[in-house]
Parts: sequence; structure tokens; C-alpha cells
Amino acid sequence: MRVAVDREKCCGAGLCVLTAGGVFDQGEEDGLVVLLVAEPPAAEAEDVREAAQGCPCGAITVEETAGQ
Amino acid sequence: MAVPAPQTLTEVPAPRRSGCPFDPAPAYEQARRAEPVSRIRLWDGTWCWLVTRHQDVRTVLRDQRFSADSSRPGFPFLSPGRRVLGTGRTSFIRQDDPEHARLRRMLTADFMVRRTEELRPRIQELADALLDTMTAHGRREADLVPEFALPLPSVVICLLLGVPYADHGFFQRLSSVMLRTASSPAEISAAQDELQAYLADLAGRRRGQPDEGILSRLAAEGELDDEEIASVGRLLLIAGHETTANMTALSVLALLRHPDQLARLRAGGPQEHKAAVEELLRYLTIVQDGVVRLATEDVSLGGTAIAAGEGVLCMLSSANRDEAAFPGEAGLDLGRDARRHLAFGFGVHQCLGQALARVELQVALGTLLSRLPELRLAVPFEEIRFRGDMLVYGVHALPVTW
Repeated sequence: MRVAVDREKCCGAGLCVLTAGGVFDQGEEDGLVVLLVAEPPAAEAEDVREAAQGCPCGAITVEETAGQ
Repeated sequence: MAVPAPQTLTEVPAPRRSGCPFDPAPAYEQARRAEPVSRIRLWDGTWCWLVTRHQDVRTVLRDQRFSADSSRPGFPFLSPGRRVLGTGRTSFIRQDDPEHARLRRMLTADFMVRRTEELRPRIQELADALLDTMTAHGRREADLVPEFALPLPSVVICLLLGVPYADHGFFQRLSSVMLRTASSPAEISAAQDELQAYLADLAGRRRGQPDEGILSRLAAEGELDDEEIASVGRLLLIAGHETTANMTALSVLALLRHPDQLARLRAGGPQEHKAAVEELLRYLTIVQDGVVRLATEDVSLGGTAIAAGEGVLCMLSSANRDEAAFPGEAGLDLGRDARRHLAFGFGVHQCLGQALARVELQVALGTLLSRLPELRLAVPFEEIRFRGDMLVYGVHALPVTW
């Protein structure tokens, strides 16, 4: 799985941090999304998908890669 | 706009069913099942679309072709008072990007998850202090709204903004006027002006004598003038305490009415408490009349053609009861995964303070249940007065004993 975030779209709601805190964080200065892990391990995949689904601004995209 | 055939029109806000104070109005539930994108009649003789499904509400609120800018011609308002609220001095809640994003981003760091988690110990102390006072000298009965549910978030938002909590009687009174559906346009306008003047004056004083609060920081940053800071302050002050306060009291009542769920919550740990708060947010959806938008282009929504210039009301409460998104029984189920609820809205306007609200609710409910194991209603359930008359649902008072 490969994750990408778009800080231009982000509205800083923070749902991704609550849903998959190991993969997403918020910038100290602006509260907008910061991607911690671009290729999260399989154990995190479900939470990352949920975070992408739940993102109110559509700022998270997930690309499923072979083998996961 | 021409009014379409009357048989398709529902009056809004639609009444709840008597005896079912936790459920959305039957009209919204029926609309979701029979005609998920339907027409509704508004008080001023105009009409707009009512969107009731979870997926459709998400689609509208995330689509930038639906504007939140209430100064646009044809923007739908649910009452005369709300037209005043929506056309007077509005803040970024009633603006579109890029202006909305510019203002909101001045505040996103203040309400980010990490920052609100840092506040948890302080919120815990506050919750304990309020319960100490409430239960002092062997007292066994209190109205939970003014003694616990309201002051907790009110003190917190005052602290964050840099507004003196000593003035809470003043701004809580104005906030009540502004949120009462039946308030006249003149009453709302006067309350809005009074709060605006108070906050503009405060912002001006904070320029000379800054504190740690948001108003001082905005003043120091120099991008906004005192009136603009006051508009932002008004939004945060009202949104920051009315919503969590009502959610707290209504949650307590809902739990007391669902003893099996209450027992489950008492037995759970912090993770269960967090999940329970999400389910309560879904089940109660206190922004009871939904959120409005205006189509700026022709859009097809689930096969229904919505034309540019037509209004849309997204019914959050109905979306949160949509079986397609939340399978199983529609009732309160604290074991449910309710994370996709829309109680905070959706899209770029989704509640800025949601992380703070979550921490406040987790602390408030957790503390109350652990410290008052015998908590119960002090009056018959039938005597509880619900806030069907306010923008934000809840109870006017919650007499409890322990």
C-alpha cells in the first residue's frame, strides 16, 4: 500500500491522526496533515483505508500495491 | 424559484415523534427510505432539496460546487432568525475557499489532536473540581446542565480564546438568544451585535496586554482587524461551549435510559469510552436541523438533477441513522464502529473543534460515571424538557441524584 496526502486540501480536522496515528500526524505550526509512513505495514492497512475514507476533505489517497 | 408539486414537500424543521426524543423526526427517516433527495418547503415560501442518505450527504458536503456562502442569492435559511445569522457579520463557517481556508488555517494548529490531548489533564482537573462542588456538603441532587455539562466546555473555550470566564453569564445569555429558533430577527441581530462589540473590545485590549489565548495571538499576527477577530471569536465561543455542553447532558440522559449500554460503558476502559463517544455522537446528532448549502453549478446527485442556484439541506441526523452506513439495529449500540458518523459535518467545514470536543466528552462522561456510580434522574423522564426549539439539541435542564 502506498499513501499520499495533499496538504492543500487538508482542513486539519485530525481524523486521520485519531484513526491511524502511526501513519499520520499534524504539523506543529499549521495543524495540517503530515505523512509519517508512505508505505505502511499490512497491519496498519485497514486503519489507513478507514482514514482515507473518513477524511472530510479527500486529502488522503491510497494506492494498493501488489502483495498486500 | 417555482414551488413544485406540494405532495413532495416536507415542512422543516420537522417535529420529532412524541415519546422518542432521541430519534430524528419521522419525516426525515421516511424521506431517506422513500425519496432520499426530496423537496422541502421553507418558512418564506421558497423550497430547497433535502438530502437524507449518508453517502449523499458526504458527497454534497465534500463537493466544492456546493457553496456554504450564505451571502449568495437563493441561499436557503430555515428560519427568519437564521437568515440574520447567515447574512450579518458571518465568519469562515459561511465562506468558501480560498477565503475560508485562509481564516480556518489560522486556527487549525490550536485545535489539532496533539494540542487537545495536552489539555486532557487540565480538563480532568476541571471536571473533578466541578463534581467536588456539585457533591459538596452531602448534596444528593443537582441540575447537571449548569453545574457540570455547561461550565466544563465553557471554561475550556474561554481559556483557549483568552475570554474572561467571569463574563459567562453575559455570553451564555446572548448565545441562547442566537440559538433559539423562535428568536426574532431583531433579537438575534441585537445579541449578535452585543457579542461582537464585547469581543472586538476585548481583542483591542489584548493588543496592548496580550495573554496566552487565541484572540491575543490573532491580534499579534496582525492579519485581522479587531472586528474580524471578534467574528472568529464569536464562532469559536458559541460553537465551543453550546455543542459539547448539550452533547454531555444528552449523552448522560441517553445512557440512563439505556441501562444495558450504561453498564457496558462502566465496565469498559479508555478505548471503550472513546468508541462510546463516537456512537453517542452518531446516535444523538445534536446539530438537529442539518447544514445548508447552495449549488453553484448543475449537479446530479444519486440520479436527481440539482440546478445551479438551488438550495440543499443535508440532514445529518438522518444520515447518521442510515442502515447502509451503520448496519444492524438503529438504536444506541456502544459496541458499534460509529467512526463514519457525520455529527461534526463533513467536507472542508467539518467541525474545527472536534478533537477538543472528543476529549471533553470522554473526560466528562468517564468522570461522571466513575465518581457517581448511583447516578440517576431526579425527576420522571416525562418531565425532561428537550431543546427542540434550539439550533443545538439537548435538554434545558437535567435534574439528577446520586
